[in-house]
Amino acid sequence: MQLTLWTYEGPPHIGAMRIATSMRDLHYVLHAPQGDTYADLLFTMIERQDRRPPVTYTTFQARDLGGSTAELVKAAVAEAFERFRPAALLVGDSCTAELIQDQSGALAAGMQLPIPVVALELPAYSKKENWGAAETFYHLTRTLLADQVPAPESKRPARDPARRPRANLLGPTVLGFRCRDDVTEIRRLLDALGIDVNVVAPLGASVDDLRRLPDADFNIDLYPEVSRTLTGWLSRSFGMPATRTIPMGVGATRDFIAEVAALAGVDPSPLLAAETPGAAGRGSSASRQPWYARSVDSTYLTGKRVFIFADATHAIAAARIAAEEMGFTVVGLGCYARDFARDVREAAARYGVEALISDDYLEVEKAIAAAAPELVLGTQMERHIAKRLGIACAVISSPIHVQDVPARYSPVYGFEGANVLFDSWVHPLVMGLEEHLLQMFRDDFEFNDAAPASHLPAVAAQTMAVAELGMSDADDAPAWTADGERELKKIPFFVRGKARRNTESFARSRGLSTITVETLYDAKAHFAR
Amino acid sequence: MSNLHDIPIATRSGCDERPVLRERGQREVFCGLTGIVWLHRKLQDAFFLVVGSRTCAHLIQSAAGVMIFAEPRFGTAILTDRDLAGMADANDELDRLCVTLLERRPEIRTLFLVGSCPSEVIKLDLARAAERLNARLLPQVRVLNYSGSGIETTFTQGEDAALRTFVPLMPHTDARQLMVVGCLPDIVEDQFRRQFEQLGIANVVFLPGRRAADVPAIGPNTDLLPAQPFNGDTVRALVARGARLLRAPYPFGAEGTTAWLQAAARAWGVTPAAFDAVTGPARARTETALARQRPLLAGRSLFMLPDSQLEPSLARFLHRELGMRLIEVGTPFLDRQMVSEELALLPEDIVLSEGQHLDRQLDRVRAARPDLTVCGLGLANPLEAEGLATKWSIELVFSPIHGYDQAGDLAELFARPFARRARLAV
Repeated sequence: MQLTLWTYEGPPHIGAMRIATSMRDLHYVLHAPQGDTYADLLFTMIERQDRRPPVTYTTFQARDLGGSTAELVKAAVAEAFERFRPAALLVGDSCTAELIQDQSGALAAGMQLPIPVVALELPAYSKKENWGAAETFYHLTRTLLADQVPAPESKRPARDPARRPRANLLGPTVLGFRCRDDVTEIRRLLDALGIDVNVVAPLGASVDDLRRLPDADFNIDLYPEVSRTLTGWLSRSFGMPATRTIPMGVGATRDFIAEVAALAGVDPSPLLAAETPGAAGRGSSASRQPWYARSVDSTYLTGKRVFIFADATHAIAAARIAAEEMGFTVVGLGCYARDFARDVREAAARYGVEALISDDYLEVEKAIAAAAPELVLGTQMERHIAKRLGIACAVISSPIHVQDVPARYSPVYGFEGANVLFDSWVHPLVMGLEEHLLQMFRDDFEFNDAAPASHLPAVAAQTMAVAELGMSDADDAPAWTADGERELKKIPFFVRGKARRNTESFARSRGLSTITVETLYDAKAHFAR
Repeated sequence: MSNLHDIPIATRSGCDERPVLRERGQREVFCGLTGIVWLHRKLQDAFFLVVGSRTCAHLIQSAAGVMIFAEPRFGTAILTDRDLAGMADANDELDRLCVTLLERRPEIRTLFLVGSCPSEVIKLDLARAAERLNARLLPQVRVLNYSGSGIETTFTQGEDAALRTFVPLMPHTDARQLMVVGCLPDIVEDQFRRQFEQLGIANVVFLPGRRAADVPAIGPNTDLLPAQPFNGDTVRALVARGARLLRAPYPFGAEGTTAWLQAAARAWGVTPAAFDAVTGPARARTETALARQRPLLAGRSLFMLPDSQLEPSLARFLHRELGMRLIEVGTPFLDRQMVSEELALLPEDIVLSEGQHLDRQLDRVRAARPDLTVCGLGLANPLEAEGLATKWSIELVFSPIHGYDQAGDLAELFARPFARRARLAV
């Protein structure tokens, strides 16, 4: 048993629902108890969809358990097929149905429906949402392409030079982070490179579209959590290469363009002509982000301590942006999906931090308190933590709530994505002038540590300041003199936690049992950043 | 204001013959676990630990996720493959987890172990677990258990199951008292308390109170006044402890509130004159508030999908006090004993349905094209996109809607979709 206050991912059948709901003519019969239809709300409310998810639930109740729940499944399958006439059908169990073992997939497969029926095996007690999405996407496509798989060792025919190269965009789904606009942004990039988009899937794709996947020359693995299982299989079975770069951030977008151009055999130089790393000025990139970050207004962002926790794809990309494009210091990096732990560990090593691989919300909270960052880039869950600790926060990944499916165009991929990220990460920080004034005048009656930044809505001021957290837990913690403590309070709240910890560890390393004003400044000189 | 005799109190006979459309099929409803979302705010010293799967955890956080808590007072013990392999192991795990949890939250006085579909299907004995933990944790913490599973309970029935756990703990009393049963918003509870006081009904207790540790006493001189129609099991358990059930419609709108208060007033021998003196000003106030909404609602047709068991009561209010035309009133569960007074006040020519076959019911909605459809959030936006005005039903459970001074707000909840449609020009 695992105690969970908040869960980063839903059960795997939610992942399967995301695939079905992203597509157009696919239906999903889910063997599930009454109540599991709550999942519809994720799509109709968070994603604000204007139609019901294409999901039929058996919604069995206790009284059904005495009878034949298997008959319920068959009735639901027959009825769903009759009513919705899908081009293919997914059939699977939720966690409770898994326990009563009706083999719903096998039952449906035995019903001789005139459409492909994909039986989903999604172990709900060991796997989670993203895995469920990846597995469903893979099995569905594999079923649909079964008769097209070329003989092993057969060579993929070369592209007819008369036609433009074609790519599939794989991985975007509903309830993914900003997938809708990322797709538009990447389409634009590809078009500028002279590359056509063959199929975007699962978002907006039909069952027949999936059958056309092999018509592309290569795949763009846009959201590996959902698409890497499939792109791996397409690479092995159809000889289709796939991209590895996630085009989030200016640098990564440039790398992505180069990678895609190489796979497509096109020349990226017209598109990258103006993209010179280190060039100053407004015209230094198709994105405004590099100039904004170089403009003197952003100088105060230098070395801001940032903690990043998200799905692996967005966490790794965000860390690179934070370090290379915003000038932040990455003080923590982690992800909630064990499947991608290795990638995150590699990335963390580049920034000299230890990767946090955990789906335990309390562990993440502890790590953030200990790192005492000035900014948290995370999920909806980290908003809870950041609020409690009184730290600025921006959301960079699912799980999300309704405010992160905005009406406006807001990709995070590509050059426009970099613009969006610059704005949304800087916004929660106290602005430069305020930061200076806070340091100069400590006792202002309306403009002080406890008051939220003046450009932010006045939300709950009674948060536990990060400065007071995660410190002095060891027995050998040196004591603060009254003067020392008073002086510490003069340090702005968003770096006070770090200052306290540094001073204590400095005192400990020198064998000092009390901390005076002098110790504080000795430590400051020692750790000067 | 002395129209006391116009307020109909139905007799038991008659309403039982009303035909009910019973359907089975896909049900688009919440499970009882959802009750935790409001119960944990009411019971400030209680923690709700669901023993279930990741689906259960996901449900609660999806329902409560926009609230940002410093420290939520609910959580899920998620069963893993290891727990499913052997039962003894699961019991040890649960004990360990509860102790860890209580160490982290020393202010918790009552811990609810909440059963779910998975825990019930594998027959994890939470009653025994609660007993075991009580032996270890009492008197600091009391551990209770109930089922909020989807296979057993629908939405508000979770509250019924939770309140039911208090009944065996209640000490016996012979004192004359009035017990109001059902979780009410604090402001509503305070209003009712004042009104009972003014009526001279001094000894009033509310179940639940604001702290789970304060369990009221019960006995043969206790009059029960249910404030919510969905707490039937709790009410029957209280009756089994000797309490007397006062029958009344529920306190929605002026008529419902008056009849409800009157049931208590009669039992306590309050004179009609005294009753009128106390309720008169509030009734007049309510009429003013309702008059503002009536033009928006009168004559409009209404279709209610099953959700909370509040449907018959709300339909009665919307029909009788605001002039709405009822097409179908659906309820997940028709507890005749609990809503007999309401059924008697509903017109004869409506469809009263219990249970659900979602697709067929939606076919009926589309055929009837009601002016307003009351439904869950899984259906609201899709129906809006079809051009049908909707009122999402969950809000009715989360808003103060009982009593005189909320009647206008309650009407406004149904009028708002029309007001909004009238405003939007794009």
